[in-house]
Amino acid sequence: MNSKFGIREVVAMGIGTALFVVLTNIQVPIVIVPNTALQPRMAVMAFLAAAFGPIVGGVIGLLGHALGDALFYGSVWWSWVFPEAVVGIAIGLFKNKYAVREGGFNSGKTIVLFNVTQVVANAIAWILVAPVLDILVYAEPANKVFAQGAFAFLGNIIIIGILGTLLLVGYSKIAGKSSDLSAED
Amino acid sequence: MDPIIEFKDYTFKYRAQKEPTLYDINLSIYPGEKILIVGQSGSGKSTLAHCINALNPCAWGGESTGTLRVDGDDPASLGVFGMSKKVGTVLQDTDGQFIGLTVAEDIAFALENDAVPQDEMKSKVMGTAEKVRMSDFLSSAPGELSGGQKQRVSLGGVMVDDVKVLLFDEPLANLDPSTGKRTIELIDDIMRDEDVTVVIIEHRLEDVLHRPVDRIILMEGGRIVADQKPDELLASGILPEHGIREPLYLAAMRHAGASVSADDRPSSVADMDISRHADTIREWFLHTDRVVRNKGEKKVLEVRDLCFGYDREKAILSDISFSIHEGEMVSLVGKNGAGKSTLASLICGFYKPDSGSVLLEGSDISPLSIKERGEKIGYVMQSPNQMISKPMIRDEVGLGLLVRGAPEDEINQRVEETLRICGLYPFRNWPVSALSFGQKKRVSIASILVMKPRIMILDEPTAGQDFAHYTEIMEFLKKLRDETGLTMIMITHDMHLMLEYTDHALVLSDGHLLMDDTPARVLTDDDITERAYLKRTSLYDLATSCGIEPPKDFVDRFIEHERMERSKAV
Amino acid sequence: MNRLISYEKKDTFIHGLSGFSKLVFFIIWCIVSAMTFDTRVLVVMLLFGAFIYIASGTKWRQVSSIFKAVMFFMTVNLICIFFFAPYQGCEIYGTRHDLVHLFGNYSITCEQLFYELNVLIKYFTVIPAVFIFLVTTDPSELAASINGVGVPYSISYSVAIALRYIPDIQDEFRRIKNAQEARGIEMSIKAPLVERIKRIASIIFPLLFSTMERIDVVSNAMELRGFGKKKTRTWYSRKKLVAADILVIAGVIVFAFVALFITYCDGNRFYNPFI
Repeated sequence: MNSKFGIREVVAMGIGTALFVVLTNIQVPIVIVPNTALQPRMAVMAFLAAAFGPIVGGVIGLLGHALGDALFYGSVWWSWVFPEAVVGIAIGLFKNKYAVREGGFNSGKTIVLFNVTQVVANAIAWILVAPVLDILVYAEPANKVFAQGAFAFLGNIIIIGILGTLLLVGYSKIAGKSSDLSAED
Repeated sequence: MDPIIEFKDYTFKYRAQKEPTLYDINLSIYPGEKILIVGQSGSGKSTLAHCINALNPCAWGGESTGTLRVDGDDPASLGVFGMSKKVGTVLQDTDGQFIGLTVAEDIAFALENDAVPQDEMKSKVMGTAEKVRMSDFLSSAPGELSGGQKQRVSLGGVMVDDVKVLLFDEPLANLDPSTGKRTIELIDDIMRDEDVTVVIIEHRLEDVLHRPVDRIILMEGGRIVADQKPDELLASGILPEHGIREPLYLAAMRHAGASVSADDRPSSVADMDISRHADTIREWFLHTDRVVRNKGEKKVLEVRDLCFGYDREKAILSDISFSIHEGEMVSLVGKNGAGKSTLASLICGFYKPDSGSVLLEGSDISPLSIKERGEKIGYVMQSPNQMISKPMIRDEVGLGLLVRGAPEDEINQRVEETLRICGLYPFRNWPVSALSFGQKKRVSIASILVMKPRIMILDEPTAGQDFAHYTEIMEFLKKLRDETGLTMIMITHDMHLMLEYTDHALVLSDGHLLMDDTPARVLTDDDITERAYLKRTSLYDLATSCGIEPPKDFVDRFIEHERMERSKAV
Repeated sequence: MNRLISYEKKDTFIHGLSGFSKLVFFIIWCIVSAMTFDTRVLVVMLLFGAFIYIASGTKWRQVSSIFKAVMFFMTVNLICIFFFAPYQGCEIYGTRHDLVHLFGNYSITCEQLFYELNVLIKYFTVIPAVFIFLVTTDPSELAASINGVGVPYSISYSVAIALRYIPDIQDEFRRIKNAQEARGIEMSIKAPLVERIKRIASIIFPLLFSTMERIDVVSNAMELRGFGKKKTRTWYSRKKLVAADILVIAGVIVFAFVALFITYCDGNRFYNPFI
C-alpha cells in the first residue's frame, strides 16, 4: 500500500546489510567444484529485495558485499560487487507482485515469476557484468572469467532458487493471516 | 489550568480492523502530573499512547471521532514529526531505540534530523547527558552498556528536544528489578528538575509505585474503567478482575482478611498505616499451617567447580558448584551480565568450560556434542519467534525428531502425544501464524519436549507478558512438571515468578554463585538482593511492620497459600 | 566466529584526518588502481600502500592473516589464469619469449610471468586502501563522509545502521544457531544438497523473521525522532576539514592525473618492457 521510499526502506537497507554481512562466512561447499561455495546470504538478499524493492535490494547487494568482504577479508573485489547489486535491483522490481510483507508470496505464479527473474538477473550479473568488468579492470583472460562467471551463476541460481524460495514461502505463510480454521478433537 | 492532554469522547479504529480499539475516551491530564496507565494486553493502553504521539493514525492508519488535544494541537494534523517536539516517547525495546553508534550520537539523533548546527548540537548533547546521568559514557557503543544505561540514553534522546510530555511505553519490561527501581527513581528526579508531564504505560504496578504517581488510569476492552488516585484504586480491589496484579503486600493483606481502605495509604508499603490491620495479619500467620515441600530424591544435574572466561584475564564464571534434584523448578537470577546465559550455555554445551564438569544423572556429559546434549537438556529461547522455523505446528514440533532420522510413525505418535500434553492437539494442523503469543511459546516448548529431555532450560519464559499471559505460561509449566517430572531451570528477572513458581534459586553475581537456597530466603536477604541487583519482596516489609518473625516464614506461608488458590482457579 | 576488522583508536596523522578526505582518497585510489595496468604506477602505489600501513601504526599481526588469505586466493587465481590462457601476456605485450616448455601447448613465457605479476601487484594496491580506511576511520564518521561525497543522506545513514546492528545480529545469529543445533539442526552435516539447504533454512528463517521485526521497531523509533523530515541533516560526529585534509585531497587528485597520464600517454594502459 505504501510504495514510496520511506524510513522503513532506509532501515531495511541498513539492517539487511548487517544481516548480509553477518552471513558472509556461512557457505555451503559443493563437493564437485573446488573453491566455489553456495552463499546463503544471496538468498537473504533476494528475500529482502523481493520484500522491499529494487533500491533496497541494490544497496544491500552493493554495500553488503563490499562491507562483508572488507570486514572479513580486508579487501574488496569490486568487479564482483556491482553484479550483486544488479541481482538485488532486478529481483526488487517485482516487489508489488510478490507482496511478501502482506503474505502474498504463496501461489505457484509468484514462485515462477521470482525464479524466472532471479535466473535472468543472475545471468546478466554473472555471465555478463562480472566477466566484462574483470576483463576491463584486470585484463583477465576471457575464457577464465566466463567460466568463473558460469559457476557463480549456477551457484547463485541454486541457492536463491531453493533457499530464497523457501524463505519467501515460509515467511508469507507466517506473516499472512489465516481464516476459517477450526479446532479439531 | 488547562489540561496538556485532553481526550473528549474519543474513539479510535484501526484501518485494518472492524471494531474500534478505543471507545469513548474522556481523559484530562494536567501539566506536571505523573500518570500511570495500566491494563492487560489488548486493553487499548498502547493504542491510547500512540494516539498521543501521532503514530496513530499517521504511521498505522485509522480513524477517530471525538477530539484529542495535546498541548493545544491535534496530533493527527501535526504528524509524528511535529508531535516529536512536544511528546518524547521512550519505547520498550532499548536496543531498537538505540540507533546511534555511540551514546552521544544517539542523544543527538533528533537534532541531526532537525539539521541543528554541530556546535549547538554538542552543547545540547552534553547538557542532556548530564540530566540522564550518562555524561561519562558519551563515546560508549550500545554493546558496552547495560539495559538500564541504554534506557537512559533513550530518555536523553527524546529529552534533547525539550519536550513537554514524556511517554514511557512499558519501561520496566526488559530490566532487572533493581535497575527498574532506579529507572522509576530517575523519572521522579527528572520531574523534580524539569517542567514535564509524565505518562507511564506499564502493567507492573508495584514496581512503578516505588515512587508516588498522581493518578492511575485502568483500561480494559478499549475503555477507561477507572481514573483514580492510587490509594483509592488499590483500596477498591478491582485491579485483579481487570487482569492487573496487585502489589504482593496488598494481596497478602487481603488473604489475611484485612479490609484495606484508602485512608491506610496502601500505595506504598513503606508509608502505609498498618496499625489497623497488624493484628489480623499476625493472627492469620499464626493459624496458617506451614507446608513443607519435599525435594525429589535423585540428583539430576550436578555442576562442579565450573570456570569459564573468554580470555585468561577475565573470568566470566568462577568456581560454580550446585546440584539440582529431579522435578525441581529452579530460578537462575542476577543482573544482566552476571553470567546467567553463560552458565546455561555451558550446561547446554554451546561453550566449553575452562575447568570443572557438568554431570547429568551422575555421568559426565563433557564428551557429548551439542546435539547429543540437546536430547537430554532442552533449551528454550526467550522469544518463540527465535526458534520457530516451520510454518505448520506439526512440522515444527516434529523437526527435532525428523533431523535425527526417527521413523515417520514414531514421529507422528510422539508429536501427537506432546501436542496433547501441551494443550495444542486441537490446533495440530494449523499454521503457527494463527496462534497467540502464549500458544507459540507452547509450540516452542513442545518442539523441545518431543525429544523427552531430562531437563529444560528456559530463557526469560514470561518476559514482557502481562499477568494473564504470565499465569497461563507458568501454570502450564507447573502442570508439565507435575505430570512429567521434568526438571526446569528458568533464567529470569521476574521476582514474582521466582517466588511463586520456583522451589530453588541460584543467585549469580559477577560470575560467582552468591546463594543457592529457597527463593523466599533469597528475597528476604538484604545483602544478597542488593549485591545481585534483585529487589527485596514487599512481603518482607509487611511482615516486619506487623512484627512477624522471621519474615521469611510469612513469605513462605503466603506464597504457599496463593499457589493453592491459583491452582484451584485454573 | 571470525573477528571482524574494526576501527582502532590511535593518534596518528591518518587517524587525525577527516573521514571525508579518507573516503575521497579511498575512492580515487580504487579508481586509479582499476584503470591502470602500468607497472611503474602500480609499483609506486604498492610502495605508497606499504608506507601508509606503517604510518597508520598497523601491526603485522593485525594483517598477517589477511595477507596469507589473499596470497592463497591470488595464487589459486594466478594458476587458473595460466591454465585458462597461458599466452594472455603474449597477446597483451605482442611478443613471445619462452622460458620453459611444460607440456602440450603449455609454456611459461616472460610475458605471461610479467602480466601475472602485474595482476598480483594490482590486487595488492587495493588492500591497503580498504584496510587502512577501515581501521583508521571512526564508524561514526562514515555515514557523514558518504553523505559528504554526494550520496543522499538516507542511503548514507543505512551504512551507520548496518554498522550499528552488525554486532547485535551476529550475537542473535550465534544464539539461534546454538539453540537450533541443540534441537539437532546442524549447518555442517553430510547430507544431500537440498537437505542441507533445508537445514540452513531452519536456522536462517528465525533470524530473518526477527530481523523483519527489528526493522519495524527501528523504523518506528526513527520516525518518532523525526528522521527523514528535512531535505538535509547535520552530523554530530562529522569532522571539520583542516589543512592536512585539503592537502591529502589535493594530493590524491594530482596523483590520479599524473598516474593516468603516465599510464595512457603511450596509447594503452600497459607498460611494455618487451619492445
